[in-house]
Amino acid sequence: MTARDLLPIAVAVALTALVPLFVTTNTVLNFLVLVLIVALAAQGWNILGGFGGQFSFGHAAFFGTGAYATAILQTRFGVNAWAGFALGVAAGALAGWIIGYLSFRSGLRGSYFALVTLAFAEVFRILANAAEVTGGAAGMLIKLDMRPANFQFASRAVFFWVALALVAAALVLTRGIECSRFGARLVAIRENEEAAQALGVDTLRTKLAAITLSAGVTAASGCLYAQYFLFVDAQIAYGTWISVEALLAPIIGGAGTAFGPLIGALSLHALGEIAKLFAGRVPGIDLALFGCLLVAAVAFAPEGILGLARRTRPRLKPAAG
Amino acid sequence: MLVAESISKRFGGLTALNDVSLNVKPGSITGLIGPNGAGKTTLFAIIAGFLRPTAGRVLFEDRDVTTEPPHRRAQLGIARTFQIVQPFAGLTVVENIAVGAYLRHPRRADALARATKVARRVGLGAELEKPAASLTIAGRKRLELARALATEPKLLLLDEVLAGLNPSEIRDMAPVVRSIRDEGVTILMTEHVMQAVMSLCESVYVLSEGRLIAQGAPQAVCEDRQVVEAYLGRGAAARFRPAGAALA
Amino acid sequence: MYAPAIVAEAFLNGLLTGSVYALIALGLTLVYGVLHIINFAHGALLTGAMFAVWAAHAGLGLDPYLAIPLLTPLFFALGYALQRFVIGPASHGSESNILLVTLGLAIIIENALLATFRSDTRTLATDYGFQSVEFGPLILSKPRLIGFAAAVLVTILLWLVLAHSDTGKAIRAVAKEKLGARLVGIDVGHVYAVTFGLGCACLAIAACLLMPTFYVNPRVGNAFVLVAFTIVVLGGMSSVPGALLGALFVGVVESLSGLYFGDSLGQLGIFLIFILVLLVRPTGLFGAKA
Repeated sequence: MTARDLLPIAVAVALTALVPLFVTTNTVLNFLVLVLIVALAAQGWNILGGFGGQFSFGHAAFFGTGAYATAILQTRFGVNAWAGFALGVAAGALAGWIIGYLSFRSGLRGSYFALVTLAFAEVFRILANAAEVTGGAAGMLIKLDMRPANFQFASRAVFFWVALALVAAALVLTRGIECSRFGARLVAIRENEEAAQALGVDTLRTKLAAITLSAGVTAASGCLYAQYFLFVDAQIAYGTWISVEALLAPIIGGAGTAFGPLIGALSLHALGEIAKLFAGRVPGIDLALFGCLLVAAVAFAPEGILGLARRTRPRLKPAAG
Repeated sequence: MLVAESISKRFGGLTALNDVSLNVKPGSITGLIGPNGAGKTTLFAIIAGFLRPTAGRVLFEDRDVTTEPPHRRAQLGIARTFQIVQPFAGLTVVENIAVGAYLRHPRRADALARATKVARRVGLGAELEKPAASLTIAGRKRLELARALATEPKLLLLDEVLAGLNPSEIRDMAPVVRSIRDEGVTILMTEHVMQAVMSLCESVYVLSEGRLIAQGAPQAVCEDRQVVEAYLGRGAAARFRPAGAALA
Repeated sequence: MYAPAIVAEAFLNGLLTGSVYALIALGLTLVYGVLHIINFAHGALLTGAMFAVWAAHAGLGLDPYLAIPLLTPLFFALGYALQRFVIGPASHGSESNILLVTLGLAIIIENALLATFRSDTRTLATDYGFQSVEFGPLILSKPRLIGFAAAVLVTILLWLVLAHSDTGKAIRAVAKEKLGARLVGIDVGHVYAVTFGLGCACLAIAACLLMPTFYVNPRVGNAFVLVAFTIVVLGGMSSVPGALLGALFVGVVESLSGLYFGDSLGQLGIFLIFILVLLVRPTGLFGAKA
């Protein structure tokens, strides 16, 4: 990875960081923070799904584990919020490693892998909804104490910058993967697992590393969510909504690219807001639209928005370039 | 270098390989031929680690590798190509080859440099940045070869790299194979194109219906009665033998 | 812990639930067996069918059982069109694309229903909804018994269609050997669409049988879809008798574990079985081979 590889990231992040200086309404900042949270979850999905070609339908399992871990550690064990954040990421990564170990060792691929991740997320949801430590169906509140030491900020702009910093870190991580042997091997597995093996790629180890990283990033998004709303319940943390959004954003934006998940998350939510503007408060109209976009993207733009933008120009190298 | 000891492989009730042994000498080009369905690809898969034999052992440089997975064997120095080419379709030619080069060169710059070198070697120098999916059949066969070569193997398993090529493409490819051997890579190849086997291989094994029916120098093997009959049917040897010639 | 009669009743109730599950899983199995795709929209389509039953009752006063002859061909046509004009063309024949397209359809259907009917849970009031039949000490719900009989009947009927009709033969031919079927002049695209249509028709019937005793809201399909996947995986992915056995088994497991551990954890049992079967034996417990 060279400075040239990082330049686009630096420019994009710096420009985005200026936004709160011009936009001060809470509605817009709320919207942007939510987009960043979804983008971060999607960046996680993108590592495993976009680069590795292993489509998880249950990334809520990692998002929720991050959110619950940080919430439980703070409220039940009095752990500092920042430490809770780090441990939440670790817990999510661990959940990813375990689920990955079980599924990849059994040779689950394609639809089977999608199904098993979906089932794991549901198991977690039911457990969280019933267990005492998670507050059961009532969910749990993180105590309001607006101090930076508690990962709570009175100003939404500051929270926006923190979220942006995490998204930027994930961008750098993704770019690092793109430019590394690990990334090349991951893409090789996506394209043809057998051929990758023949070239000396330990496919199990590579996929395990991918799902662990992927789960860790998505768990960070879960922690962020918990810190922003200071509330977690099973429907939010382990609900299908986040599994779906984590997958939709990269596919709409451009799976297997660094910026795809961001562009996807922003486009989806911008469109969702516009739809709400026209259709009023009809529930589900934005998600129905997302569904249409997913079908349309698969049918007409398999490389997402970035792919569409690139079609007029000569091919850029996705992995080793 | 490579020794296969009494390899048998059964799929359910079907015996694909029955007590097959072979020995590939270092620095040689050894051929593995036989009619369709003889078990050549199965044997290749067993040697490369994609299948486990029902019985028998695979030894590589005197080391038992029978239970090693394919990626371990690649690390030890066994590389293979696939009969049905398996390019990473979404990647460029050089990226495809780099996946192989990464095995010995963890750093990206080194791997890409190595991949570029190998690409030139097999005649893909002009197509480095093209998507692999855009290559012709001949190009894909070269890519298959280049990727395997980029892992810097000691033993290269070539599964029908010449099949599907036209005569002029075969003429271009054969010297490439020979030059690889001349640089010290031992080669075991299966091939349908007999003319290529005759000109390239020093020693040939013949499989038919899962059994080894002949082995030796290509010329001698081609005159073997069992071999002719395996290819052309029972009685063919007698019919095709020039009148008056003595039976072997 | 519990009196034998209670356990027996739970067991039988499980079988009754299982029979309707069978109908739902049958559609999924059929589609998997022939098209080799996992239809993620299956649950959402079931929700759609249940709302159709509800709307027919609320709007036209149509009895759920009488809705069967109306909705079955309607959903067959819907399924046919979906496969022929959306899923088939949009997915360019790749497995992961089919996965995404059917997921997209599921999201569209579920949220379109949410937008139309809102998130309220609705039920049907029929005069037989709470009637029951007594067998000695056991008391079983009458509509669910009817559901059981009808589901078994439909399963047998479907099996006969597959085994003996020309369409059935074409479907089995395509399932076994797509290329060969095409070579002998079978229109594979048409057969795919017919199969998908049959799967949706099964859902329509299941919805009609469910509604007298069940409720509907836009997310109700989610509960069924994972159950149906579990059944299909248990049954060995593409076997009709396997799906039937798997469905009855899941119905009983759900009912018994609900009795012992409470309803929400009862569902957990199903998912754990599902995960275990996928991890240990993806070819299924009751199926011959995938």
